[in-house]
Amino acid sequence: MGDTNASIPNSDKVELLNDRAAITELIEHILALAADAGLKDAAIFAIRLAIEEAITNAFVHGHENLSSDLPIVVEYQITKGEIQITVEDQGPGFVPEKLPDPTLIENLSKPFGRGVMLMKAYMTEVLYNSQGNRVTMRYLAS
Amino acid sequence: MSDSRLRVSKIDEITQVEFIDRNILDEANIQAISDEISGLIETESTPQILINFANVDHLSSAALGALITINNKTKEKGGTLRLANIDPQIYEVFVITRLNKLFNIHETLNEAMEQFN
Repeated sequence: MGDTNASIPNSDKVELLNDRAAITELIEHILALAADAGLKDAAIFAIRLAIEEAITNAFVHGHENLSSDLPIVVEYQITKGEIQITVEDQGPGFVPEKLPDPTLIENLSKPFGRGVMLMKAYMTEVLYNSQGNRVTMRYLAS
Repeated sequence: MSDSRLRVSKIDEITQVEFIDRNILDEANIQAISDEISGLIETESTPQILINFANVDHLSSAALGALITINNKTKEKGGTLRLANIDPQIYEVFVITRLNKLFNIHETLNEAMEQFN
C-alpha cells in the first residue's frame, strides 16, 4: 500500500445532480480513494451501500417536492483507514428518530424504510443535523 | 424500458429469473426489473418464481423493496418466490434487515428447485 499521501487527506465537496452516470462516477471515485487509503473489500462494500442509500434518500425524499434540477452536495474526507462522507439536500429535512423500525414483524413486508437502518448498520457513525437534511457518515477501519 | 435487465427461462412450471446487472442500485434500473418480474407474475395462474442472484455484487434498500413487492404479488396469487445463489456479503444485508425471515432463501438453484411443489 503506497503511504506517500497518507498524511494528506483526499477531500472534496461537489454538487451532484440526479443523474445516474454522474452519481456512479462520483461513488466509484470515492471508493477508489478509499481503497487507496487502505480500506478493505468489506469496508468498500459498506461504504458503497451507505453512500448509495444517502444519495437516494436525498433525491427521492429530500427533493421529493423540489425541482428535479436542484443539486445535492456531497463532501468527503479520506485519510488512512478512515472516510467521512456528508450528503446534504435542499429539502425540509426529516426526523430520523421517528422512522419506524423496519425489522419489526409488522413492517417486514413493507417495501420501503430500510435505507437509514442500513447506513447505521454498515457505517461506524451516522449523524444527522438538527434540520434532518444533512447526514454525516464515518467509517473507521477497526 | 425495452432493454431487458433479466434472463428468464422456464423449467417445468418454474420461472427462473437471473439478473444481468452486477449492481442493482439505481431507481430506474430497479423499477425496470420490478416491472419486468411483475409482468411475469401476472402471466402465471400460480406463479413459481426462482430468482438467481449469481451475478449480483451489490444491491440497495430500493432493490430489497422491489423484491418485497414481487414477493407480495406472488403470494397474492397463491404462488411462491424463492431466492438462490446470494453472495455472502449480500446475504448479510438480508440478515441485518431480517428479510432472511421473510424470503425463502436457498444456497443453490438445485436446492431451491427441489423445494417447489
